[in-house]
Amino acid sequence: MQIGVLALQGDVAEHLHAVEACGVKALAVKKKEQLETVDGLIIPGGESTTVGKLLVKYGLDDAIRERAQAGMPVFGTCTGLILMARDIIGSEQPRLSLIDIHVQRNAFGRQVDSFEADLVIEAVGGPPPFRAVFIRAPYIESVDPGVEVLAEYKGKAVMARQEGRLVAAFHPELTGDDRVHRYFVDMVREAVG
Amino acid sequence: MEEKGTWRVKKGLAEMLKGGVIMDVTTPEQARIAEEAGAVAVMALERVPADIRAAGGVARMADPAVIEAIMNAVTIPVMAKARIGHFVEAQILEAMGVDYLDESEVLTPADESFHINKHQFKVPFVCGARNLGEALRRIGEGAAMIRTKGEAGTGDIVEAVRHMRAVMDEIRRVQNLPEEELMTAAKELGAPYESLKEVARAGRLPVVNFAAGGVATPADASLMMQLGADGIFVGSGIFKSDNPAARAKAIVEATTHYDDPELLARVSKGIGEAMRGIYAGGLKAEERIQGRGW
Repeated sequence: MQIGVLALQGDVAEHLHAVEACGVKALAVKKKEQLETVDGLIIPGGESTTVGKLLVKYGLDDAIRERAQAGMPVFGTCTGLILMARDIIGSEQPRLSLIDIHVQRNAFGRQVDSFEADLVIEAVGGPPPFRAVFIRAPYIESVDPGVEVLAEYKGKAVMARQEGRLVAAFHPELTGDDRVHRYFVDMVREAVG
Repeated sequence: MEEKGTWRVKKGLAEMLKGGVIMDVTTPEQARIAEEAGAVAVMALERVPADIRAAGGVARMADPAVIEAIMNAVTIPVMAKARIGHFVEAQILEAMGVDYLDESEVLTPADESFHINKHQFKVPFVCGARNLGEALRRIGEGAAMIRTKGEAGTGDIVEAVRHMRAVMDEIRRVQNLPEEELMTAAKELGAPYESLKEVARAGRLPVVNFAAGGVATPADASLMMQLGADGIFVGSGIFKSDNPAARAKAIVEATTHYDDPELLARVSKGIGEAMRGIYAGGLKAEERIQGRGW
């Protein structure tokens, strides 16, 4: 089993380490050929307009969509959440449209408003709560039927799942707490069978 | 409990910029061209470094109205420069909600001995460095991101290469030192001891390190990435060239696929002439910007 981390731009290395810390092989994915060799894909934090444009330019958007439709689990953090959303409020930027959520970009404000806070995420276990780092983060304004909200912060959904698609508005790769990655690894393991 | 402006949050934004290109812009139109080309952030300025160099005189923080217009034009992070040691320019930029501050040698220093105490700010800072000691001093003062200084506004990559190689060589060297030699190494490098010990253990800087100061072509960007940069700043190189939009896109692609020479060949074609540039080795001592910083 091997999990890919989309490596067009962003905090790729942190996700690769987090996957490896779960005892699973990790691969940086820049090209379609590499995508074919992975059983699950993580879309890391980064700049969503940059990554979105590069996805389209290299035809990786269609390739990821195809694999996701065929059952490959996909996990997006921050920028990954934005790119996976069906609806980015007020924006026409390129996206993958993999999960039926409505997302507000930079929803908590600019960088000076970026923060960390404790989240209760029952799906990944605990106590203790999960220390979540939000950086110019989006939140999920609303979800369509079929999407399960896994965590909220101040009444806003910040983590959700729809079948094999998992999204988080925060950065579990930055804290060294691997519970969220383990949750995704289990999703991939289940999909591989 | 919610905490803002923590080290993790400051350093984290730089992590999110990795593998990307940050472009100097002076107008909302340029900012939109940069965003459209795939920049991960823009640096809002009144003049690009080549023009600052040509204009002479005192270079200060940009007019807040210019910065604000750029902040309103794009959704990507906006950075801005404050003079070395000018903590009031930094306070103003923080109050405006700028996403990242560059305490920059490109502007005329406001203090000849001391840098800004960057720990006191919620907004994160990037600072220039020519070697490991300088990088670790800036990090000690609170910088959450480092960039090579290079020689800004020249379009000559040689100084950025020198600085990146110096940082990387010194990291490799301290990694191999026995612990009893680290204190003397810290003294010689002008680096805080605890922080140098951490570098020796981890084999890398504790924060992201971008390349800056002379990048003018896609090949320059790839060169710096292959030498170990986490990402690229392009100052004058884009908007002083023939075709900024095409060059900006090409440099973004070259940064992502820095290890793919065939792609580099393809994106380097037909993007017009690069900025003319100035041979950095021909600059007089007082014309060299990189010496600013303490």
